[in-house]
Amino acid sequence: MTSPSTHRWPAFLIAIPMLGLLVLPIFALLLASSPAELAAGVEHPLFAPALFLSARTSLLSLAIVLTAGTPLAWWLARSPSRHKRTVEIFVDLPIVLPPAVMGIALLQAFGRSGVFGGLLADLEIQLPFTTSAVVLAQTVVSAPFYIQSAAAAFRRVDPDLLIVARTLGQSPAGAFFRVAVPVALPGLVGGAALAWARAIGEFGATLLFAGNLPETTQTVPLAIYMALESDVRGAIALSLVLAGVAVLLLFALRASPRIWSRLDVTGTGRQRSGGSR
Amino acid sequence: MSWRVDIRLTLGGFDLAVDLDIEAGPITLIGPNGSGKTTLLRTIAGAHGPTAGRVKLGERLIYDAEARIDLPPEERKVGYVPQGFGLFPHLSALDNVAFAWASRATREERRAQAMKLLGQMDAAPLASRAPSTLSGGEKQRVALARALMIEPEILLLDEPLSALDAAARRNVRGYLVERLTESGRPAILVTHDARDALALDAPVYVIEGGKVVQHGSCSALAAAPATEFVAEFFDVPSPTKPPAPAP
Repeated sequence: MTSPSTHRWPAFLIAIPMLGLLVLPIFALLLASSPAELAAGVEHPLFAPALFLSARTSLLSLAIVLTAGTPLAWWLARSPSRHKRTVEIFVDLPIVLPPAVMGIALLQAFGRSGVFGGLLADLEIQLPFTTSAVVLAQTVVSAPFYIQSAAAAFRRVDPDLLIVARTLGQSPAGAFFRVAVPVALPGLVGGAALAWARAIGEFGATLLFAGNLPETTQTVPLAIYMALESDVRGAIALSLVLAGVAVLLLFALRASPRIWSRLDVTGTGRQRSGGSR
Repeated sequence: MSWRVDIRLTLGGFDLAVDLDIEAGPITLIGPNGSGKTTLLRTIAGAHGPTAGRVKLGERLIYDAEARIDLPPEERKVGYVPQGFGLFPHLSALDNVAFAWASRATREERRAQAMKLLGQMDAAPLASRAPSTLSGGEKQRVALARALMIEPEILLLDEPLSALDAAARRNVRGYLVERLTESGRPAILVTHDARDALALDAPVYVIEGGKVVQHGSCSALAAAPATEFVAEFFDVPSPTKPPAPAP
């Protein structure tokens, strides 16, 4: 007779190759750089401008995603419209489309010879190969992650909560901001973190639509790509910074449900985490 | 205070046509699942727009299709306690109750009033608790205090006892009946339990398929149930299955 514990070993052995594949590259990246090399990488001329540009553009695109994406997520969650399914497909499209395809599509829309190229030229606005193009590319590829997560969170808000809020004197906007948003907050924050991570890592669409111009459109992923051709140490230093940001985001995501339940926003946190079981 | 709820509504292929004309005080609303009870309450609260009819509480019209009156929920003075109580999970019991009239009074004033109402419900010790830590009976009290904050002209209670265990149910039933009958305030109590209807001893309205199929006192309905559902509800012989035929 075999005890249940003897079954676990073969299962784990089969699981090891995949785990190794996921973990080994990160380990290799950490091992590849000595502190001295890391310091040299940080002083690389591409490093600081790229980091600053990435921070600026990804935060701006996150702000756009939040302000424009939240109403769309709310509509997707609440509207009885028959066209919702179709809209959902369009929202999900940038997730499955290769980023390079998104880059070409953005060029075809806003490029000089694109659909809106003439209109933009008349307004004396040039989008491709500018910092605005970086923000636009990041916004388009990252928004679906936030919208999906936010719509799922809004869908879980009991409609009766909103009706009660209205009967207690709240306008539709008041019920949204005072009830729907706080109740859906963990999902909104999780979606925002995913979208931000995606925006920071954006490479393909940015390269095609915005180019790779230092200090204007060269974000960290593009700087890594350029640094690799001349100085691998710079590329590694930049990679480590991005990896660090990503790990921090991941920890924030993992910890956020526990933080929310402990956070004493309303003076109820302690009872909630203590007595809900 | 007399009140009248006359509503016709189509929602997702479901037709609701209900006319309640009440002299005073609460009524009990019963009906099978999917008969439109919750839809009716939400419509009175202003969440769904009817196609025709009028809703009048005393002399106050809150909805009149012909006169084009359709007050938004925040101006209707309707106290709504949904199924499951609908407490805001991110707020303490006190802040749930003090949620009302955020634009009309300061936070301190609202909290003082909320504390008073919780006290009247024997629920003052619950003030700082999160809804997820409250028992069904405690949630019930907090939800009722919250609905009373706006001094509602009608109370809508959607199966307020169904989530409670047997002991809590007996306890809360007695106290709920007391609250509903003492003020003479218009109220609709939706229930699936004949004991609730008998305890409240108010006119009973039966809706099936979105229409009122019978109304009257508990004893009248039990004596002559119009439908199988009513007979089942009061546990009396069914009208469609006559007793053994005479020889």
